[in-house]
Amino acid sequence: MRAVITVVGKDTVGILAKVSTLCAGFGANIIDVTQTVMQDLFCMIMLCETQALSAPFAEFVDQAEKLGEENGLKIHVMHEDLFNSMHRI
Amino acid sequence: MINTKDILETVAMIQDENLDIRTVTMGISLLDCIDPDINKACEKVYEKICRCAKDLVPVCEDIEKTYGIPIINKRIAVTPIAMLAAACKGQSPIAFAETLERCAQTVGVNFIGGYSALVQKGFAAGDRELIESIPEALARTQHVCASVNVGSTKAGINMDAVQMMGCVVRRAAELTANEQCIGAAKLVVFCNAPEDNPFMAGAFHGVGEGDTVINVGVSGPGVVRAALSKLGKDASVDQVAELVKKTAFKITRMGQLVAKEASARLGVPFGIVDLSLAPTPAVGDSVAHILEEMGLEECGCHGTTACLALLNDAVKKGGVMASSHIGGLSGAFIPVTEDAGMIRAATDGTLTLEKLEAMTSVCSVGLDMINVPGDTSAEIISAIIADEAAIGMVNSKTTACRLIPAIGKKEGDTLSFGGLLGEGPVMPVNRKAPNVFIHRGGRLPAPLQSLKN
Repeated sequence: MRAVITVVGKDTVGILAKVSTLCAGFGANIIDVTQTVMQDLFCMIMLCETQALSAPFAEFVDQAEKLGEENGLKIHVMHEDLFNSMHRI
Repeated sequence: MINTKDILETVAMIQDENLDIRTVTMGISLLDCIDPDINKACEKVYEKICRCAKDLVPVCEDIEKTYGIPIINKRIAVTPIAMLAAACKGQSPIAFAETLERCAQTVGVNFIGGYSALVQKGFAAGDRELIESIPEALARTQHVCASVNVGSTKAGINMDAVQMMGCVVRRAAELTANEQCIGAAKLVVFCNAPEDNPFMAGAFHGVGEGDTVINVGVSGPGVVRAALSKLGKDASVDQVAELVKKTAFKITRMGQLVAKEASARLGVPFGIVDLSLAPTPAVGDSVAHILEEMGLEECGCHGTTACLALLNDAVKKGGVMASSHIGGLSGAFIPVTEDAGMIRAATDGTLTLEKLEAMTSVCSVGLDMINVPGDTSAEIISAIIADEAAIGMVNSKTTACRLIPAIGKKEGDTLSFGGLLGEGPVMPVNRKAPNVFIHRGGRLPAPLQSLKN
């Protein structure tokens, strides 16, 4: 399966590095990254392959949220199908 | 990759606008548990429910994590217990309620519905016993919900049952008077009750359903309100309807996804998605606020019924394409104590019982979660039920009454249930007596549904 990671928060140095380190740690392969800064808010969206995760998906979700809290960011990891079903007919 | 704007919109819906799956409800048929020995029947019921639903809660929790969507309630609906009680002559059906409670605690669900009887055309064996036992059953249990269907478009209204239910509703409140009368909040009186409703307190597993089924109820009044708030005040009602439709489509797609996933993981057939916009007392999750966003000063003022008609229709039109099977109640809910905007409007006196009754003629599901003064007579409660059932019967739609007589309290006092059931003011009721009409009994004839020109 593929997961979408959204990162929203105040723009600081090293956000991309921290999130991609987390992904690497769990064995999640990053396929695509897009980022923008909207009204001082850093906004990054990553698409990654989570087929070969080294830990249960739920743990990956929790760790990502924890990383967000530690850095004043909101990080959410969600199954790609949610977005496909809501926004595509 | 999916559009960035769409992704952020979904995240905002869930994080800021209270988008969630309100309930994943597993319907379980208990017809194969019928036994003349009530103890044996209860054993079979316990075994079957626990076997079928043992994975319901963990699977839903796993889906929550995977998709990042909160699933607020996990529930079970069972075959109307009156059908099981019919075989157990002379034995109190309360044992079934206690068994259902044990099942709810074992599998960890939030509610279990189906302590029900369908008596729209008359009482069969077990029906009277079950209805009479409802107040005690609700007082003795925490998770069990009861419902009684007293009328239908095809059968008319069973006025003997309506008369009985006035007393049963009062008694349910009296027996739980020291718990904010919560017994009455777990009891619904229906006309045209749907057999696949995933929402409580009225959920039961219809006899026409399969052995087990997964039904899902979505939510999302906050999402609709947030979308409307971005629409200018000069937008026409056509644009309002269009926006509601688009938003309902997205909400329902999420429900469909969860329903399919839960069905596949549990190995239980997918039944329906219920499109209802179900509010919660949380700030920003109110149906009343949607109506106010459309341009009303406060919910309950003139124009409310029209706005609600627009909302209800647009939600259905948007949702119907998003799911392969729609069912249940599917419409906007207007439970007073469960909706922050309704609570405020009722407290201010803008929203009255009469206005709510008018609103129920254009939306699902009926007079829901309304606190009435503690000294309201059983006849008046029966008459309110009869009025509401008549609206449902004539308009071929589901209507229901969930009234809570606030024992020992009067107009303006508050009942506070906590959680999703919320809190609300005790609302004034017309005190003139309908007693003679209610005591007539009999069956109110079914309406003519032809010669419509």
